[in-house]
Amino acid sequence: MSMIVRRSPLRTAGKYAAIGFYLIFALFPIYWLIKIALTPDALIYTEGTRMLPSALTFDNFAAVLQSDFLGYFTNSLIVSLGAAAGTTLIAAAAGYCFSRFRFAGKRAIIALLLVTQMFPLLMIIAPIYKIVAGLGLLNSLVSLIVVYTAFNIPFATFLMQSFFDGIPEDLEEAAMMDGCTRFQALRKVVFPLTLPGLGATLGFVFTAAWSELLFALMLISRNDSMTFPVGLLTFVSKFSVDWGQMMAAGTLALIPSCLFFIFIQRYLVQGLTSGAVKG
Amino acid sequence: MRSARKNVVPGADRARRSFYLRYLLEPYLYVGPALVLIGAVILFPLILGISYSFQSIALLKPFETGWVGFENYAALWQDDKFWTAIGNTALWTCGSLFFQFFLGLGLALLLNTSFRGKRLFQALVFLPWAVPTFLTALTFAWLFNPVIGPFPHWLAGLGLIDEPYNILGDPDLAMWGPILANIWFGVPFFAITLLAALQSIPSELYEAAEIDGASDWQRFSKITLPFLAPMIVITVMLRTIWIANFADMIYVMTGGGPAGSTEILSSYVFTTAFRKLDFGYASAIAVALLLILLAYALILLVVRQKLVRT
Amino acid sequence: MARLDLKDVSKSYGNVEVMRDINLSIGDGEFIVLVGPSGCGKSTLLRMIAGLEPITDGEFSIDGQRMNELRPRDRDIAMVFQSYALYPHMTVGRNMGFSKEIARAPKEERAREVAQAAQTLGLDRLIERYPRELSGGQRQRVAMGRAIIREPRAFLFDEPLSNLDASLRVEMRLEIARMHRKLNATMVYVTHDQVEALTLADRIVVLEAGRIQQVGSPLELYERPANKFVARFIGSPMMNVLPARPGAGGLRLPDGAVLDVAGDRSAGEAVEIGVRPEHIDVVAPEAGDMVVKAEMVEHLGSDTNIYVRTESERGIMVRAHGHLPVRPGAEMDLHFQRDKLHLFAADGTTIPRTGAP
Ligand SMILES: Nc1ncnc2c1ncn2[C@@H]1O[C@H](COP(=O)(O)OP(=O)(O)OP(=O)(O)O)[C@@H](O)[C@H]1O
Ligand SMILES: [Mg+2]
Repeated sequence: MSMIVRRSPLRTAGKYAAIGFYLIFALFPIYWLIKIALTPDALIYTEGTRMLPSALTFDNFAAVLQSDFLGYFTNSLIVSLGAAAGTTLIAAAAGYCFSRFRFAGKRAIIALLLVTQMFPLLMIIAPIYKIVAGLGLLNSLVSLIVVYTAFNIPFATFLMQSFFDGIPEDLEEAAMMDGCTRFQALRKVVFPLTLPGLGATLGFVFTAAWSELLFALMLISRNDSMTFPVGLLTFVSKFSVDWGQMMAAGTLALIPSCLFFIFIQRYLVQGLTSGAVKG
Repeated sequence: MRSARKNVVPGADRARRSFYLRYLLEPYLYVGPALVLIGAVILFPLILGISYSFQSIALLKPFETGWVGFENYAALWQDDKFWTAIGNTALWTCGSLFFQFFLGLGLALLLNTSFRGKRLFQALVFLPWAVPTFLTALTFAWLFNPVIGPFPHWLAGLGLIDEPYNILGDPDLAMWGPILANIWFGVPFFAITLLAALQSIPSELYEAAEIDGASDWQRFSKITLPFLAPMIVITVMLRTIWIANFADMIYVMTGGGPAGSTEILSSYVFTTAFRKLDFGYASAIAVALLLILLAYALILLVVRQKLVRT
Repeated sequence: MARLDLKDVSKSYGNVEVMRDINLSIGDGEFIVLVGPSGCGKSTLLRMIAGLEPITDGEFSIDGQRMNELRPRDRDIAMVFQSYALYPHMTVGRNMGFSKEIARAPKEERAREVAQAAQTLGLDRLIERYPRELSGGQRQRVAMGRAIIREPRAFLFDEPLSNLDASLRVEMRLEIARMHRKLNATMVYVTHDQVEALTLADRIVVLEAGRIQQVGSPLELYERPANKFVARFIGSPMMNVLPARPGAGGLRLPDGAVLDVAGDRSAGEAVEIGVRPEHIDVVAPEAGDMVVKAEMVEHLGSDTNIYVRTESERGIMVRAHGHLPVRPGAEMDLHFQRDKLHLFAADGTTIPRTGAP
């Protein structure tokens, strides 16, 4: 807004109060998590609700890193990266198709994707369990990757479509006139221009897969294939007294998704702004 | 290249056919993988799930497996926990949605103005969205714990509760714990969607209104709101459904307790499937939830249609 | 170079037919301009030639070889887009050399050809730049360079100059004419701009509603339009068309004036008369065909456009050479140059003149 605005001091004060409120609202829980994780065990009870601890320690993190958490972390990383890569690839193809082709059944397929966004995915937790068990894939990370990939495809497809819609079709046509096949045009011209979109989709799916809990609980029960959420939850119910270590583990779980998020949030807004994502 | 062109002449018919076949099939090659995966991992299990609701499939009672008609639904009708869960679902959904929406709208409006450090601010206030849900749930559970969390002390300080105790253990108040966590987690979503919509309003409209001498409030109510309204209806509808289905928060924070006071339909589905391994009954609850949501969506769409027409 | 033939070509989107009965032969080295109102199918026709849009029915061939089933890359045709469609992530040099890159031409050869094309188009300093760092005219040049480098059998242009300002447009128009002379290549060019059409074309194709209305040299279309649509489409300001009734001594206009012209009766009854603004003379009082009142006057320097009203409130545009000191409201006498009149039948087709009745 480049207009000249008369600012009353009251309005300005109100605005900064709102900014402050939202900042505290968003950051306080995260701050608290990190604070307890850094507080030495001895002080947790005595200084329970003090805003700033009087001493800091990394013991909790050290302890967590020596436990099974590294394994959970690796499992989660494998699952999330696998699902993110798979989804992005498949959704990019589908989003490209919606953006560029007119074909019989297109509306029906789009409607189908929208519908999958609406019904409770928990509805299929029992059938999925039985199918996966029937295939002998319980406790395997592959089953989680496949399930997460399928769950995220609809949204990721719409997201990718909105990015493709933002790339003029002329460019591909020019490339085809220049001698490319459609696939070459896709690879050499469209793909480099969609990198932000691919990044956003990748990050989105990664974050979603990183935090999924209920299907992982259902499908994984062996300690060595647990993902982070499942592992953390088992840890919490087993050792519900070691607050410092739990929160240190929580803090560690926060890192990858927050990193991803900070990187992608700008593109996410951009993708949503360009309007194709109505679901 | 020249030779390729010559080849067209003898096999012209075949070339023609394969050209059109290619042309017709190409789109399906691109959506194919997505369709196959969704069909196999979502649609097929969905149908299977509906069929489960008419069967007795409890892994703990393997000898009673078989078709039972509407027995699961009859049991559901008698199940007090189910009816409580419906009420809880309504409270959970409305409570979360109301605050998420208004806080999200406020944040979007704020982000649509300019101030110093806005980019950083935006990244920070959107952060809760990136926090894994199980972790949000755990964090809030800890925050409500009087031993290590400040919330009970604040609530007591404000006189809302008599002494600092864990409200997650109080059947009357427990639901507000997960709701608060859910609000925290959901505000960024609304803010992002609404911000995107706000940014798509052409700024000339505001400038024209400014020239016409419209006040701030008039600009908001005459331009911003009408522009956002269609987006709001759709977003709220989809989000309602999403929240009603969202069981992680409750499962982690209270497990549906104390005494079923925070059990919502979707967490009930999960506990029935996961703890009791009673897939038939779980599927029946899920189908009931689906029907309720479908009815809700239909009503909302009809109302919207009516509103648009008048 | 190549000759392009379209035979009975038609195009439908679903059930909607947007082009039909397109028959057109484009000679080797010919410069063909497609004109027509918005939505008439100019781009569609061009894209069918390019292979970007499948042909629903009929045949398109280059040098006698059927092209319908070939992909764009196999047709050996270059196209310059209205939006230029430069690849934003490639430098000017790579943009221009992209077709050679796809064809796996050796690097040195590519660099040499790019340098040469850049030289001719005056782009040599810009080779390392990205498209977003160029002005509109420079982008346009890059787009042309990209087409030239391919050494294609034919060039297609879809309103290539419409995004440029007026003076740049003139400059680029000359550039394209020079390019055509130098390469002596077959070119098909779509435009909205009459001046472009009239100055560039060997032959102009007038399209309306998906059908070819007339094909001919610029002068032919101007002097002998096949129908009212073409007559009004070509020429600026637009041709005046007045209703006419056959009467004693020729054709009678609504205001009573009688023009001593006649059309070939066997071709139909003339019901309208067309006359271009530049073929109406302002003459001394009492010496003209009719008396009118000037309503608006535009002084263009070299010419004067006068918009007049007849007694029956019909508007006519008159173009007088030089500066004519007329004030709005003034009465004046008009004379229609007899040999420049056009006669149209009820269905709009032109009726051949048979001289005086
Ligand atoms: N993909 C499509 N589906 C349906 N109809 C289409 C499609 N593309 C073009 N048309 C129709 O085909 C007709 C011709 O379109 P075309 O783009 O060739 O017009 P044009 O002469 O190039 O117009 P302009 O001068 O505005 O560029 C139009 O009526 C248009 O509505
Ligand atoms: Mg066009």
